[in-house]
Amino acid sequence: MIKRITAPLKKEEIISLNAGDEILLTGYIYTARDAAHKKMIELIEQNKELPFNIENQIIYYVGPTPNKPDEIIGAAGPTTSYRMDDMTLPLLKLGLKGMIGKGKRSEAIKTYLKEFQGIYFIAIGGIGALMSSTVKENVSIAFEELGAEAIRKLYVEDMPLYVGIDSFGNDIYEDEVR
Amino acid sequence: MREINTETIGKMIYDALLEINFVLPDDVKDKIHCQLNIEKSSVAKSILAKIEDNYRIAEKKKIPLCQDTGMVVVFLEIGQEVHFYGKYIEDVINENVSKAYIDAYLRKSIVKSPTTRVNTQDNTPAVVHYKLVAGESMKISIAVKGFGSENMSRMALLKPSDGLEGVLEFVVETVKIAGPNPCPPIVVGVGVGGTIEKAALMAKQALMREIGSENQNTEALEMEKILMKRINDLQIGPMGMRGDTTALGVHVELYPTHIAGLPVVVNINCHSSRHKEMIL
Repeated sequence: MIKRITAPLKKEEIISLNAGDEILLTGYIYTARDAAHKKMIELIEQNKELPFNIENQIIYYVGPTPNKPDEIIGAAGPTTSYRMDDMTLPLLKLGLKGMIGKGKRSEAIKTYLKEFQGIYFIAIGGIGALMSSTVKENVSIAFEELGAEAIRKLYVEDMPLYVGIDSFGNDIYEDEVR
Repeated sequence: MREINTETIGKMIYDALLEINFVLPDDVKDKIHCQLNIEKSSVAKSILAKIEDNYRIAEKKKIPLCQDTGMVVVFLEIGQEVHFYGKYIEDVINENVSKAYIDAYLRKSIVKSPTTRVNTQDNTPAVVHYKLVAGESMKISIAVKGFGSENMSRMALLKPSDGLEGVLEFVVETVKIAGPNPCPPIVVGVGVGGTIEKAALMAKQALMREIGSENQNTEALEMEKILMKRINDLQIGPMGMRGDTTALGVHVELYPTHIAGLPVVVNINCHSSRHKEMIL
């Protein structure tokens, strides 16, 4: 059964999801990948505010292709998540609840997701054209100088995802879960 | 002697980039469809079906197949009877990469320095390899290489005593460690022998070969068959969600090497294996 989930995430929704669940996500999410994470961590270290209120929000690890004038967004599939592993804890501490990416996460991330009741969603990689059709709004909100790596606020409708790591620390890639 | 204007090559590069970022090659399409019929797992089937939907949408709506429109890699095999005229070949290639990535709204993913990381804003430079061959024709192979899969590639300088089994184990181990990260089902390029850079070049070139084409080297062909079975037996499956389809193809290139060495490079490509070969 495919579950429908809305963003920002509510606690009841988070704890109702289990690794392996297929979901359709609707709501506002934020994009950030390598360079934007580095900048956000620098802001946190300097006790400065992040460009958006991260509480209960979802970050999508994506660097889309530029949209043509008549398009909302270009190709917009996930990038590999492990590169953000070492930059995730400070964001969870500030209230981040969800991440969307592809591939494995570190053991530490599983522990943090349990501790902060967060969730890691997996999107299918390499289907950027299909994923772009689920994005209905796309506004650049910070670090525009980073181009594809700028932070964007997206409104997505029925974005197809899987629960990769649930809030209990179960991982879809571990054999006992599958 | 044959005269070729470098602008002719530039134009071919431009046209190829506008094609391969939006249209998946037939060999990849055919193999994905074939696996969709073979797969038993419903999740694996559903992912392969979405990969098919994706290339149809990409072609129809002119949206890139993947947001990682890659680093451009070009192999030029130039007949020694060929003479280029016009602007310097590599400048022409980069001018056309720049134009293609700007014109077609492709992502600019290249940073000028690997350490200071400032974007070049036009996806240049490309990585260009030249090889002089006999005759007066020319072959251009071009790929847009995504880095989710590039990052999962590995190199080993094995001992001669590790032998064939050592090579096979290293390749399978590489695919296992990569797991879901390089967007399986993957294409695996393997270069064995030569020197460290020769092995890496062979591994990259192996990725350019058509899926399903038969290796002319019987030893390499045998290795490909064993590897294909062992890799798919890992049951990583599409996007690492389990299934029979972990690799779409395994391509092995061999070259003589030194009595003291056994270099192996494994270069991985994602299911969106975007490349083209052109003969001039």
